[in-house]
Amino acid sequence: MFRIDRRLIQNFDWITFLTVVAISAVGVMTIFSATRQPGTTVQSPLFLKQMAWFAIGIAGLIVFVSFDYIWLGRAAMVAYVVGLVLLVAVLVMGKTGMGAQRWISLGPVTFQPTEFFKLLFIMMLSRYLSGMKGPLGIREMLRVFFMVVFVPFVLLFKQPDLGTAVVVFAIFLSMIVSKGLKKKAVLLIVAISIVSLPFLGNIMWRGLKDYQKNRLVAFIDPQVDPAGIGYHINQSKIAVGSGEFLGKGYLNGTQGPFRFLPERQTDFIFAVFAEEWGFAGCIVLLGLYFLLIMRGLDTARKAKDGFGRMLALGITLMFTIYFFINIGMTLGVMPVVGIPLPFMSYGGTALLSNFISVGVLINVRTRRFSLFY
Amino acid sequence: MSSCSEAFSRVYEKIAVIGYLIVIGFLIIVVRLWQLQILQGDEFRKMSESNRMRIIGIPAPRGIIYDRNGVALVKNVPYFSVAVMPADFDRSRIPALSAMLGMPAGEIKEKLVNTSRSPMIPVRLEEGLSFAEVGFIEARRSDFPGLFIDVGVSRKYLYGSAGAHLIGYLGRPTPKQAKNPAFSDVPPGAFIGQWGVERLFDKSLRGVAGQRIIEVDALGREIRLLKETPPVKGKNLVLSIDMAVEEAADKAFKGRTGAFVALQPGTGEVLGLVSSPEFDPNKFVKGISYDDWLALSENEKKPMLNRALQSQYPPGSTFKIIDSIAGLEEHVIDDKTVVDCKGQIRVGRWRFRCWKHSGHGRISLHRALVESCDVYFYEVGKLLGIDRIHEYALRFGLGRKTGIALGAEKAGLIPDTKWKERTKKKPWYLGETFVNAIGQGYVSVTPLQLAVMMSAVANGGDVYKPLILRDAEPVLEMKAGVSPATLETVREALAGVVNEPHGTARSAKSDVTVIGGKTGTAQVVGMRRTSRHMPEKYRDHAWFVAFAPVDKPAIAASVLVEHGGHGGSVAAPIAKAAIEAYMLTPEKKKEFLEKAVTASEETKVQADVQN
Repeated sequence: MFRIDRRLIQNFDWITFLTVVAISAVGVMTIFSATRQPGTTVQSPLFLKQMAWFAIGIAGLIVFVSFDYIWLGRAAMVAYVVGLVLLVAVLVMGKTGMGAQRWISLGPVTFQPTEFFKLLFIMMLSRYLSGMKGPLGIREMLRVFFMVVFVPFVLLFKQPDLGTAVVVFAIFLSMIVSKGLKKKAVLLIVAISIVSLPFLGNIMWRGLKDYQKNRLVAFIDPQVDPAGIGYHINQSKIAVGSGEFLGKGYLNGTQGPFRFLPERQTDFIFAVFAEEWGFAGCIVLLGLYFLLIMRGLDTARKAKDGFGRMLALGITLMFTIYFFINIGMTLGVMPVVGIPLPFMSYGGTALLSNFISVGVLINVRTRRFSLFY
Repeated sequence: MSSCSEAFSRVYEKIAVIGYLIVIGFLIIVVRLWQLQILQGDEFRKMSESNRMRIIGIPAPRGIIYDRNGVALVKNVPYFSVAVMPADFDRSRIPALSAMLGMPAGEIKEKLVNTSRSPMIPVRLEEGLSFAEVGFIEARRSDFPGLFIDVGVSRKYLYGSAGAHLIGYLGRPTPKQAKNPAFSDVPPGAFIGQWGVERLFDKSLRGVAGQRIIEVDALGREIRLLKETPPVKGKNLVLSIDMAVEEAADKAFKGRTGAFVALQPGTGEVLGLVSSPEFDPNKFVKGISYDDWLALSENEKKPMLNRALQSQYPPGSTFKIIDSIAGLEEHVIDDKTVVDCKGQIRVGRWRFRCWKHSGHGRISLHRALVESCDVYFYEVGKLLGIDRIHEYALRFGLGRKTGIALGAEKAGLIPDTKWKERTKKKPWYLGETFVNAIGQGYVSVTPLQLAVMMSAVANGGDVYKPLILRDAEPVLEMKAGVSPATLETVREALAGVVNEPHGTARSAKSDVTVIGGKTGTAQVVGMRRTSRHMPEKYRDHAWFVAFAPVDKPAIAASVLVEHGGHGGSVAAPIAKAAIEAYMLTPEKKKEFLEKAVTASEETKVQADVQN
């Protein structure tokens, strides 16, 4: 099971690997710049922590490339149940950060189970869907929803981890669409969306915490109160826009280190990068993400079986959704939903989980030939 | 196999569709980046600069205002306010803060909400604190994060209300001024001149504010100093006034309503300018309290009115100076012309009385001026006609604005036949000539105009524009064009008014110098005689115009006391006091002014105790 043979190295997906390593390196650099403390000689140690997690992530990646992903399918059910237990554990004994419970401390280590849950969820969904015959009808679609999606969605919403809840739901939708839907099922989805929109909107609105409501209001009109709720969006736009074509230069940004940008090393890391590297730097960075995503889709296309395809697709779509929501928020074209930018934002659990996900992705690509074994 | 490949191709298709959607998503991001960074980049760059940079204005020390002898009239003093930085202030501490400052919690809240444009701009809660209050607050400051003592600069007017109308006061820029680019260099919270000389010469007194450009973080904490430009002190200003004259006249009014103006005859420089009642400019600095403002604006004596140039009164008998000059110049009389005053004169059905009902008997010009005989000047008026009187009055600067830089000046009125035809559509009557010849009726002047006239009589006929700065280039408005002999005759008579036994202004006779002058009584209502039993508001206005020394005039003055009764008894002593103060030796002047400052301090302390 853990054999590493010649072909494994030969077929290893260096492009994907180097792309995420490059993005992560840019991430560490940007965290270093964002957490500078101007006027002092003290440097925040966050970038060192991130580098440590970077190394752990690469190790995790290698582990998850080394065995055949078929085992992931076999373990999916158990893993999924473990994931749900973790989510419940967060609800019961989690630490509160920013008005939401997301952390579990295990001795000195705190980690966010939701970060891993996404991968477990994709495994479970891939296994479930690959066992079904597409295109899906209404009944099959609902079965998938209630069997796999409903429980974690409710748990995430309760935490509340709006960002992950949205991502999980979006992964579910895009994966069943990729699997194929019968016309009736499509119509049902459209109908439900239209009918439930105001109703759901109302429930959602009441279920939201104040800071989340404010973010929605601020998204619609950032000028409402520049120092208050619209502040995040405005400061982020100022940071990005002030980069102009070539940027202010590395370590010359002011919006981040001077704390005008909130969450400067996590959710708004792209704004810090854009301020210092400008339009030109952004295009290069976007190119890296584009490469990662397109390569992921290609992996899905070339996967040797349904499970591998759904797995690769799910992981790629997860990155894609994260990427678009985060960048959209930073550029002021989407509401502020607190989700990180994969590989860039500070956060050890997320980085490890992302590297493991990429490991799985590479795993699928490396073992794409049916006659491999 | 075919269905299998079909299924596969469907999957490919779907993945391809997802791929296209993602490409579109990337394009949207690129377009948005283009918009933010390239199209609006400049704008955002500026916003990020203004985010991180704060420009803190350092007010320049204001120029000091001196009198003509170098006596400082004002002093720059520190001005303490208690303020909070909203960003650092914990609003739950408002009740405790309210208890400490003795200020209603609602008011604090309101100030925080209403005046704060940004959490980084401090909000002043209470201004003009005393040292004791500053100490009290400093000792408790650590309990209130974000609370601090804001130190600014303000003005102290050393002589209190003396000369307030001329010197003026400071205040914060009004909302209208704040929008005016001329005030854009005024740092927030700084004071500017809002009245008098302070306002007139504000630009040069203000100096150039300095700047500290600092880099701050989002909490407004200073990260480092980028650039500092020190302020340039405002230019000092030397006024033409003599504070001793000002102070002496001010005190001599003893709270009566009226005005005093003294000029240097040879240059037109204003040596003193008092309008009574006055106001205390020190009260304005703090932003005058509502009660104080009401007291000023609702006071029926209108302290804010500058009576020296904004109030017009009939000149009364002081106008006889003009009659005399006109009569001599037009040769309708000479110094030997005699009129028999029987206490009245009849024109048709009307009787015009002299103030001395028993009459002055046979009287010539000299005695007529000294004793202010009305009948003599009825005769002179009859011989001249109103139009010639009008002409000579104008030649001495009456009936027109003097052009003093203080502004809002009144022009007065010197009537002639044309004026009456134009405005009243009626012909001029001889009786009106009689009334106007003794300075009643239509004719009206400001105290400043009479001072200008007096100085022209004293200096040989030169009408100067009154100047308020020392050593300014004299501005000769016109020459009266009358013979020196005429003026000499009149001046001799005016000396008699003060110095001869029957003169109407014997009370102005001075041991220090020889004063010449002319009293006047301007009727308020058409009653012949003023008695001290009359209600004050119906009593006549008292005038006195003077110059000294008679042989070589160095000062010319005019005094008006509203409802003062007779000019000789009320107005003349004021002029005498001012003229004598002007004649003091420099050492005596210094001593006199030092006493005045101490007195002003004492009244202030008393007022504080009462408060």
